Amino acid sequence: MAGRRFPGGVHPAYGKDLSDRRAIERMPLPGRLIVHFAQNVGTAPRPVVKKGDAVKKGQVIAEPQGFISVPLHAPTSGVVQALDVFPHPAGADMQAAVIIPDGADEWAPGLDAERGTEGFDAERIVSIIRDAGLVGMGGAAFPTHVKLSPPKEMPIDLLIINGAECEPYLTGDHRLMLERPDAILEGASYFARSLGVKRVIVAIEKNKPDAIETMRIGALSRGYTVAGLDVVYPQGAERQLIYALTGRKVPAGGLPMHVGVLVQNVGTALAASEAIRFARPLVERVVSVTGSGTVAPRNVLARIGTTFDDLIAFCGGRHPDAGKVVSGGPMMGVAQYSLEAPVTKGTTGVVVLRQREVAQFVNEVCIRCGRCVRACPMRLNPSVLGIFAEHFRFDDMREHHVADCIECGCCSYVCPSRRPMVHHFRRAKAEIRSAASGAI
Amino acid sequence: MVTAVIALSALALVSSLLLAIVARAFAVPSSAAVEDIERALPGADCGGCGLPGCRELARRIAEGKADIDACPVGGERVARMIALVTGKAFTAGKVRRAAVILCNGGDPVTTRRFHYNGVRDCASAAILFGGDKACRYACMGLGTCAGVCPFDAIHMLPNGLPEVDAAACTACGKCVSACPKRIIKLVPVDRRVHILCSSHDGGATVRKVCRVGCIACLKCVREAPDGAITIQDNLAVVDYDFEIPDAVAAVCPMNTIHIMALDGAGEGRDGASSAGGEL
Repeated sequence: MAGRRFPGGVHPAYGKDLSDRRAIERMPLPGRLIVHFAQNVGTAPRPVVKKGDAVKKGQVIAEPQGFISVPLHAPTSGVVQALDVFPHPAGADMQAAVIIPDGADEWAPGLDAERGTEGFDAERIVSIIRDAGLVGMGGAAFPTHVKLSPPKEMPIDLLIINGAECEPYLTGDHRLMLERPDAILEGASYFARSLGVKRVIVAIEKNKPDAIETMRIGALSRGYTVAGLDVVYPQGAERQLIYALTGRKVPAGGLPMHVGVLVQNVGTALAASEAIRFARPLVERVVSVTGSGTVAPRNVLARIGTTFDDLIAFCGGRHPDAGKVVSGGPMMGVAQYSLEAPVTKGTTGVVVLRQREVAQFVNEVCIRCGRCVRACPMRLNPSVLGIFAEHFRFDDMREHHVADCIECGCCSYVCPSRRPMVHHFRRAKAEIRSAASGAI
Repeated sequence: MVTAVIALSALALVSSLLLAIVARAFAVPSSAAVEDIERALPGADCGGCGLPGCRELARRIAEGKADIDACPVGGERVARMIALVTGKAFTAGKVRRAAVILCNGGDPVTTRRFHYNGVRDCASAAILFGGDKACRYACMGLGTCAGVCPFDAIHMLPNGLPEVDAAACTACGKCVSACPKRIIKLVPVDRRVHILCSSHDGGATVRKVCRVGCIACLKCVREAPDGAITIQDNLAVVDYDFEIPDAVAAVCPMNTIHIMALDGAGEGRDGASSAGGEL
């Protein structure tokens, strides 16, 4: 099992030992929560609260708009102090609700009640998952119910629970697998039931032998398998993961469902079991607050909307020469300019790097060494794409398949000229999208 | 030897026949009128008229589907030449336009909120939190407009603001659509009063991030002729259909209003600091 090796990839310093032995700790409620409305891929839900409204924990504060959209829930009980624009960790300033907790942390009626789930059919499971606001918690934040609703002509025969956690520094999924294996597997069983899938694989990188062991014990009784994967970044990316486990190749522009596979992150599986068994919508998640610039790195169970400032303070504060704060891991994460940025459903970690660890892009010319070509797990030619980008030849980039770039950052990582490759590609994708939508 | 000569000659004959047929079959119908008009056009194929190139515009003019002064780059001179070749009457009166950058918040007048060192291009920089300027409407100063200008009419100043050489500007509009902040406007060159700000933030916010931003205090609105300057969503906006006296600039408490002689007539109010106005 897992003998296949996808092309490319890199071996960055993992830095996981900073926090992988720290059990998940629940953070006390902070003084305020900043809850962005746009927390899912697709259409952002529409706010249904206004300034001054009292809310209960789990109450819907924004209604979904269309199919690729999920509701948003108040992370605790309290008062909506304001609706204003705040920095969103994904890299934009966006509308958010500021909620001042009242300390009671009181659930809205009907929520937080354990129930038997034996009779739940596929339709019920998918609708509970949508109403609970579930999105992919590995960072992408794609609505989970959409993934669970494949068209009839594309049957799914394999469910992969993704515990690879290949991003350096991040340890949240690792800790979840050690501490909540049964809840994760229960969540996986709901996904499997809703899709009618018999075969379930839990995929974990081999640098987490304790997690593999723990999950294997739980998986046995359910008939699921656990696969140890080679340690190479980006092993946890959907396409690379599917290839490593099955040899199936997701076509360009396609989705895992095109090869009969569904991939869900372990955090999402846990959230599904919380939603289905306990009627708890998604209001909190595990965030690894780590990096050598954090005084006491740890894994924090934080409410959605907890600001990075409060999070880092909970972890002993910042080292005096902290140079960069990244939302997510250092490979794919986004550097933040303000610590007012809060935890969203897709925030996997907050990594504080010290000044000496922060590499600056210098944007030298491409020397055509080809390292990026070898590193690219999508078999693109980042060198050529980068040169096209510098000349604004976005049409040429489209023809060279820039749309297939998964923005893993391997090319930027290996580039001796320190070129901001992913930045170039994100720009190109934006240009191609706007050209496609503006075409007459 | 003989075979080679025969073979090559035969080949040449067949090829030339093929070429002749192809030339007939795929000939692009053209008229003398189109050719003449195309010669009169600048030939830069800049796309400023909204068509793919000068030839397409020439065809449209010849068919009467476009006006003889439809080329924004050529201006009056080209229009007169086309009038000559088409025999249509040229009526003067359309005032030449030039680009104006509606932001005067260079460094250090407008603060920056983080250190940006990504791709040196405004549209790329805008992907990350909308850019590093504290004012989210401000010119980002990475020179995308200067880069796309086909006429070398935009240059970057040391304070990070672009400067338009109004004499070289042909109002082709490339900079207008390239600017991710949409703060470049084409204005008639005979207008002198310009409000160099695009911020729709409230006055208090503007003061926090910029020393020369419009705070929508209404002073210029009252000073100018009725309707010439209006407040639109916290920003004073000039209606270039009106002629506004230079005196309006003096009432602005934020120094946002500038007198700029885009047609080269007369001096600017403060030639040193104003963007544009170069002869």
